[in-house]
Amino acid sequence: MPLLKGGVEVADGWRALADAEPVPAQGDVVVPLARFLAEREALLARGGKLGVRCRNTDAVEVLAPDLHRIDLIALEFPRFGDGRAFTQARVLRQRLGFQGELRATGEVLADQLLHMGRCGFDAFAAALPDLVAEWRKAGASYRAYYQPATADQAPLIAALRGGRRTPLANP
Amino acid sequence: MYQYDQHDRAFLADRVALFRDQVARRLTGVLSEEQFRPLRLQNGLYLQLHAYMLRVAVPYGTLNGRQLRALAAIARRYDRGYGHFTTRQNIQFNWIRLADAPDIMADLAAADLHAIQTSGDCIRNVTADQWAGAARDEIEDPRIWCEIIRQWSTVHPEFSFLPRKFKIAVTGAARDRAAVRFHDIGLRLLRNADGEVGFEVLVGGGLGRTPVIGKVIRPFLPKAELLAYLEAIMRVYNRHGRRDNPYKARIKILVNDLGSDEMRRQVEAEWEGLRGGDLRLDPDLVAEIAGRFAGPALTPDPAPVRAVEDLPLIDPAFRRWLDANTVAHRVPGHRIVNLPLKPIGAPPGDASAAQMEALADLAETYGHDDVRVTHEQNLVLPHVREGDLPALWRALDGLGLAVPNLGLVSDIIACPGLDYCTLANARSIPVAQAISTRFADLARQQDIGELRIKISGCINACAHHHVGHIGILGVEKAGAEFYQVTLGGEPGEGASIGELVGPAIPAARIVAAVETIIAGYLAFRRPGERFLDTVRRVGVAPFRERLDAAA
Repeated sequence: MPLLKGGVEVADGWRALADAEPVPAQGDVVVPLARFLAEREALLARGGKLGVRCRNTDAVEVLAPDLHRIDLIALEFPRFGDGRAFTQARVLRQRLGFQGELRATGEVLADQLLHMGRCGFDAFAAALPDLVAEWRKAGASYRAYYQPATADQAPLIAALRGGRRTPLANP
Repeated sequence: MYQYDQHDRAFLADRVALFRDQVARRLTGVLSEEQFRPLRLQNGLYLQLHAYMLRVAVPYGTLNGRQLRALAAIARRYDRGYGHFTTRQNIQFNWIRLADAPDIMADLAAADLHAIQTSGDCIRNVTADQWAGAARDEIEDPRIWCEIIRQWSTVHPEFSFLPRKFKIAVTGAARDRAAVRFHDIGLRLLRNADGEVGFEVLVGGGLGRTPVIGKVIRPFLPKAELLAYLEAIMRVYNRHGRRDNPYKARIKILVNDLGSDEMRRQVEAEWEGLRGGDLRLDPDLVAEIAGRFAGPALTPDPAPVRAVEDLPLIDPAFRRWLDANTVAHRVPGHRIVNLPLKPIGAPPGDASAAQMEALADLAETYGHDDVRVTHEQNLVLPHVREGDLPALWRALDGLGLAVPNLGLVSDIIACPGLDYCTLANARSIPVAQAISTRFADLARQQDIGELRIKISGCINACAHHHVGHIGILGVEKAGAEFYQVTLGGEPGEGASIGELVGPAIPAARIVAAVETIIAGYLAFRRPGERFLDTVRRVGVAPFRERLDAAA
């Protein structure tokens, strides 16, 4: 699966662990949320980076106390029409201040990359032929937006009008 | 009305370019129909029985003459010369080719119009009181807030793939003409004990297969927090609304499952994290938006030049029209002129290109270039000087738009029904036409008085049949069209859901059944009592007896 991060295609150095799979001593691993909660101490204590994979029905707030020690959170779009992970992403970024990698997985369509990026996703595992080009195209869709979102590059129309002085974009 | 600036226009231009690219990718097969579907829906494009249907947004039902002419031009060039005004204050064109759709969007954008989010599982066109800015009972103009909500909800990155469609209505008046209790979110501007104006917030109202009256979750919300609070509601809904069954996916089901107290608790908790933040509406931003509503500066006629009663036209037809279709304006010396799109025997809500163009001229000449679309599929010229009424009436009469039937038997709401819609079980428009023809005699209609008939061709209730004084719902039984009839629904401040009067009635007998019900009302009513009040007093049983006897 191609992986886009920071606007370029990168190799995925993370290993996704299934529920019962032994945790390797070294290397970066992603574990399901339930396993993280069950083996929290051991997972946080080991060497290597830690990622957590959430289903879109999970309450991501449970990660709040540990967010500074988690390097990646993978959120899922089981079908492109199921938009629950958009809200999970904003809760993680905006309310809980998560700074690590936020990865979109599942059915990720080119026409949703813009929305995902604005909600705070910065990595996309998507089966698209030219992910880099799609990402550039998505980012150039609109010169400005009507509403503030989490990670906007383009300015707000309200700000352009001078009606509101909102801090724009955390790039 | 709201004046676009270069930023609004740039946004629409970007949107048109994006949609043009999406259509090109669909036509060349890069996008599958399944992948294209949500994209076309969020641009108002449906695939109907015979062709694509395009639903153009009329934000909170407000148009100017230039925009009406643009709609007329689209009707002529891309459709069959007419448009259909809907119960969501929008307009639909029923005969569109997919390949033309990007050009139509560009034509719309040239008139500061669009079709964004008129369909799909997203926040839809925000609707409002059609008399906004003119009504005597108005506390504050709801359109400014509708426009702020329109901007906030347009291409919202978080709320473009909701469990189901989402509808918001706003009223600023004491009388509820926007049916706010039957929307996913209803907002009522009101003044609190301290004299401050804010919003009462209702959630979870709706029609469809589960009609529900919305619940108040916040009795008073400061204006500055409107968007933060809406975002909190949307966030709770997007996370927890059901997605396993589209019929259970509206927010009303979530509110019902959680209970309104728990819904309130979750919304308020989410709001705590949002209030006072980026979405706070600074007074200078609100003033900016309000300043773009270049409303007419109406001067009260000093020492009333002429009361309406003294107008020099002694034509009884003019008098009937004046009494039936016009309403007092907040500024003395002016009237709100309602234009029912319900000529006797015609499809409700249809307007020809020629009618739209002529109306554009009349709005510019007599109506301060302001035209409204109502959720009852009618039009309104909200600001007309009393002295101009005779000339306006003559012109409207020439267009067939001066039938004095506002709120009467023939002022029927009907969805497109089986004549156009893939969802319908039965036809709606021909039933409306037949009832209208049966009661063509205006003296008879006036004797019957206020009576609101609403006809939906399926349970999705696009014509709001649950809140019709007489509600008619098309159902299919063994391949034949039948109609269920409910009595006593009301969309406004005395909101109620109609009660089923008996078993479904075959298509051949539905008009006679309506006549039987009305005959019953005339027999039961007390002097001056409206149909709705009689039904509320006597219940549906006596009507059922008459229907049984007639069957």
